[in-house]
Amino acid sequence: MDVKEKLRLDHATVVVNQGQVNEKTILNDVSLTLHDGDFVTVLGSNGAGKSTLFNVIAGSLPLTSGHIFLGERDVTKLDEAQRTHFLARVFQDPKLGTAPRMTVAENLLLAERRGLRRRLKNRGLTDEKKASFVAVTKTMGNGLSDRLDMDAGDLSGGQRQALSFLMATQLRPDVLLLDEHTAALDPKTSAQLMQVTNERIYEENLTALMITHHLEDALDYGNRLIIMSDGKISLDVSGEAKEKMTVTDLLDYFNRY
Amino acid sequence: MNLLISAIGQGLIWATLGFGLFLTFRILDFPDMTVEGTFPLGAATAVTLISSGFSPIIATIGAALVGSLAGLVTGVLYTKGKIPILLAGILTMTAAYSVNLRIMGQANRSLLGKNSLFSYDFLHILPRNFPVIVIGLIVIVLLTICLAHFLKTELGQSFIVTGDNPKMARSLGINTDNMTILGLMIANGLIGLGGALVAQNNGFADVNMGVGTIVVALASIIIGEVVFTDTLTLPERLITIIIGSIFYRFVLVVVLYIGFNADDLKLVSAIILGLALMLPGIRAKLRLGSFLKRG
Repeated sequence: MDVKEKLRLDHATVVVNQGQVNEKTILNDVSLTLHDGDFVTVLGSNGAGKSTLFNVIAGSLPLTSGHIFLGERDVTKLDEAQRTHFLARVFQDPKLGTAPRMTVAENLLLAERRGLRRRLKNRGLTDEKKASFVAVTKTMGNGLSDRLDMDAGDLSGGQRQALSFLMATQLRPDVLLLDEHTAALDPKTSAQLMQVTNERIYEENLTALMITHHLEDALDYGNRLIIMSDGKISLDVSGEAKEKMTVTDLLDYFNRY
Repeated sequence: MNLLISAIGQGLIWATLGFGLFLTFRILDFPDMTVEGTFPLGAATAVTLISSGFSPIIATIGAALVGSLAGLVTGVLYTKGKIPILLAGILTMTAAYSVNLRIMGQANRSLLGKNSLFSYDFLHILPRNFPVIVIGLIVIVLLTICLAHFLKTELGQSFIVTGDNPKMARSLGINTDNMTILGLMIANGLIGLGGALVAQNNGFADVNMGVGTIVVALASIIIGEVVFTDTLTLPERLITIIIGSIFYRFVLVVVLYIGFNADDLKLVSAIILGLALMLPGIRAKLRLGSFLKRG
């Protein structure tokens, strides 16, 4: 395979409360390599280290030891803001991904300059720009396109989360982190957003990691599945092996560990 | 009539404080106590500069710059020093008291016999109280235009989103610490400017003139919001602050007119702000009442 290496964690370790009685290793020597176009689903019980893994990749939590590479580049030392240049993230809580007192169009406009310098120049919310926003929001198929001038805080949870997802992918990220982004939604809305997510990731050949508690989703989507426990990756299956897996296999696995 | 004109003039120059506090209290969403120190700081700077022979315009701009430095101090204490914002503001405010005494060399300083922004020749032809309105209008219109433009720039939008959803702002690569510091600097620059205007209008600066500044500035914002409850654009919101500021001054003038003592003004200010703050809640309850009756 000559697929390019996209993201690599090299012996990534995070220890909290170092030197105190409650010292804890929340990410334990994790090495993980993602290739271009990989769509990895991440499973694991609460406290297994899934969120820590994401926070470490996003730069909101510093590594105690180890390195993170984007392609050839060592990005370990970059802070959260600097990493947004190549990385986008969708949170579980619909409230976290959008600015409630700004309109849908304003939110989208902000996302267009993710990781770029914010200039002392008019934001440029032109009619053309709005027309392009109507076009992209239509792809979500949930009425978001009719609400461009509405405050994001007045949207339904599903619409807000769809907006967060759009904002994350609007400016193509090298790595997309989806942190249980459909978990707070009702089953129907959740399934619809998951569908759109999947389409977008394949169409644009995005490299993505998705945390989920939904075993079916973890199996149905993506080309690779990892399970985390005790701050380590305890299972890592991809390709055919992943396709053959069933929910029963996963349940068996969880019951054993 | 004279009372009304006086209230308009006062309202216009005090509206600069409302603008300043709007940036921190409403956009960044925290109360910045620095303003209680920045207001006399601006006044002291302007009066001292004018007394040393600088032109009133230079002195006023200087006051704004010194004010923004106070904002910088609070911003750094808050973002880099991780001191809670309320305490960071109080620290700067307290320190500013000594700085103000140093700047003026005494507890108060008069502008008697000196020029001010309000004593330019072309203003002499106007009747009493009108120079304040003219200068106040020029300043506040300029500020409204500048702020409205700034808030619509990419940088201004990043500033707004920092107050609205800091976590999301960071996930879009916005340095929220820098935006907070920038906001505090602009806000306190405006307060310093307000201090310079008020001092020149009163003809003196006093180290104690900052007491209650935050209440006055908040009152203009809240009154504006209580009167105009519709969702407004940001430029419209700025205009409601000006109106709120004038209305507030008018109430004060009336209170004095009906026989209250100037010593009572702080109490009256606090009562006005308290009522204005409670009004939306009371209004909501009344609406709920009529809803229940219908149901």
